[in-house]
Amino acid sequence: MDVLIGQLATGLSLGSILLLAALGLALTFGQMGVINMAHGEFIMAGCYTAYVMQQIVSNAGASLLISLVVGFVVGGLLGVLLETTLIQRMYHRPLDTLLVTFGVGLVLQQVARDLFGAPAVNVIAPTWLSGGVEIFGTVVPKTRLFILVLAIACVTALAALLKASPMGRRIRAVVQNRDLAETSGISSRRTDVTTFFIGSGLAGVAGVALTLIGSTSPTIGQSYLIDAFLVVVVGGLGQIKGTVIAAFALGFLNSFIEYSTTASLAKVIVFVLIVVFLQARPQGLFTVRTRSLV
Amino acid sequence: MPSSSRPCLRKPAVAAGALLCATALTLAGCGSKATDTVATEGGPSCVDTDGPTIKVGSLNSLSGTMAISEVTVRDAIALAVEQINADGGVLGKQIEVVGEDGASEPTVFAEKAEKLIKDDCVAAVFGGWTSSSRKAMLPVFEGNDALLYYPVQYEGLESSDNIFYTGATTNQQIVPALDYLKEKGVTSLYLVGSDYVFPQTANRIIRAYAEANDLEIKGEDYTPLGSTDFSTIVNKVRASEAGAVFNTLNGDSNVAFFKEYTNAGLNPQTMPVISVSIAEEEVKGIGAQNIDGQLTAWNYYQSIDTPENQAFVAAFQDKYGADRVTSDPMEAAYVSVHLWKNTVEKANSFGVKDIQDNADGVSFTGPEGLVTIDGDNHHITKTARIGEIRPDGLIYTTWESQGPIEPDPYLESYPWASGLSG
Repeated sequence: MDVLIGQLATGLSLGSILLLAALGLALTFGQMGVINMAHGEFIMAGCYTAYVMQQIVSNAGASLLISLVVGFVVGGLLGVLLETTLIQRMYHRPLDTLLVTFGVGLVLQQVARDLFGAPAVNVIAPTWLSGGVEIFGTVVPKTRLFILVLAIACVTALAALLKASPMGRRIRAVVQNRDLAETSGISSRRTDVTTFFIGSGLAGVAGVALTLIGSTSPTIGQSYLIDAFLVVVVGGLGQIKGTVIAAFALGFLNSFIEYSTTASLAKVIVFVLIVVFLQARPQGLFTVRTRSLV
Repeated sequence: MPSSSRPCLRKPAVAAGALLCATALTLAGCGSKATDTVATEGGPSCVDTDGPTIKVGSLNSLSGTMAISEVTVRDAIALAVEQINADGGVLGKQIEVVGEDGASEPTVFAEKAEKLIKDDCVAAVFGGWTSSSRKAMLPVFEGNDALLYYPVQYEGLESSDNIFYTGATTNQQIVPALDYLKEKGVTSLYLVGSDYVFPQTANRIIRAYAEANDLEIKGEDYTPLGSTDFSTIVNKVRASEAGAVFNTLNGDSNVAFFKEYTNAGLNPQTMPVISVSIAEEEVKGIGAQNIDGQLTAWNYYQSIDTPENQAFVAAFQDKYGADRVTSDPMEAAYVSVHLWKNTVEKANSFGVKDIQDNADGVSFTGPEGLVTIDGDNHHITKTARIGEIRPDGLIYTTWESQGPIEPDPYLESYPWASGLSG
């Protein structure tokens, strides 16, 4: 029973980490269709934001909270920079986008290595997040609870933004039918940039949060990138709902398979299951029905 | 890198092209000449021994997941070379280091080793970290009859005339660690490691030892190299109620593992973790507060109180900054260069064959104490030390072997290990 609850908690936590890492991608890839291989490096930029902030603000708790905001801005600005300089020139060339953003990712890794050195740096977690909470006989690290809460907060905020705000309406309109949206007076250029800012900013936030549980090194983004893409693809493009469900589904799946097998085997089995699932449902869990021709 | 004349910058205005080229550069070297594989295998070496300098290679991962560890080895090699040069060099020649990036990829290590031997004509190569990189380089060094000095503790069960193993083999690190745990009354172990050759072989040895010594193995888990989620493994470890955890994780994974372990409420008092791949450098990245009180098994710690070590640490921090730490593989790399120098001087030659013939008995009093090359298996004698990690981020010796232990890579002197080398 303890084990079951322990693994449920692990699954929930893993799901929230996947969700946080994938949420930004759900916007840039899911909504805009841009295959941004540098998304992992935006996460990494968030990690280092937390590190730099800790050098400036010595109180670990305050620096974490400030970093979440600054991380969003840093990630977002990197995203806007990438979008306006490179990606917007190749919206109809997905393969080029893939290669170029992969290249940008490597450049960013090298920049991080030159600025901060190749060895991992240590971001100290605030004392109110150290240790664990006992829930039904199993100890759940507080850092993981924090990430769960943060993931839920980010999803809620994003959903509210897309549903209720004029900006969200514009984003959805452009996603569903770009031409029609433009003829209705929406600047699709400006909307693209905004969407990219939010999506990349969320990657930065994810990065800040991930320093609580993992290492902060130049290559850290790579470990989350593939998982993030998997979540978005399984969830189905164009909807946040799909991403949320897919993230938690993969989290639970991974935690239970890993418990009964091994970490390496669990990864393989999850991949196989995803391939089988996508054979049956290539569009993912949910799709947006549009009248758009593309 | 010799690539500015390559045609990959055809149109400088095309930012994308430039970027791709830049990434190719960081990846594998845009201009690394396609290594000529049809060149004569094992032909006469092209090492230039007439000039005022002698070239050696330093092959370490400067990028990728292993960079966290291997960059420090490169720095130690550079320090040793600098000191030897200041002291008059080797046989009157100044040493010139040719650096290459193995990029955490075994195939890149093999390629770059070939380049160092054939294009740069180095007299010896220092470097490598993961066993996969060493195993990938081994045929290159044997095929070209060149020399590699490999400075990292590893899983043993190997010996080659073309490699000098200056890190610990299993009977100088893992076996003493197990002896130590047994002596402390630990009766059961949980094995956690990265999924590749070193942890798997190490755990086979641990299982053989456990069987002969009434230790119970409660579980054995591997995670992919670079893995960042240890929630499930920590749950399994806790549920197992093992007496101690034997940790063979490598690289960044250790950070995630120890953060999870500590936050899940496990501690060195109830379930100590003994690690064989965490040195001072890694402790910095993990954060001393997450690993305080845990154990490590190595041959060298920065805190060792000998004049040789104090001089080494002082010189290193003087060159690279007072916040830098020194670790076991760095020390072994530093020792490697000196052992090579001593062997060359004993042989009075840079020739591979002369070095091989004269290596037996060559010794050096390094930061870890006296080490001596065993001419038969090409390993060196080493003192085993168990250390405890303290909040200042350094590791302090809590137990050490009586004098240097003779290397026994195939564990031939241990009856319980008889089934392993097959």
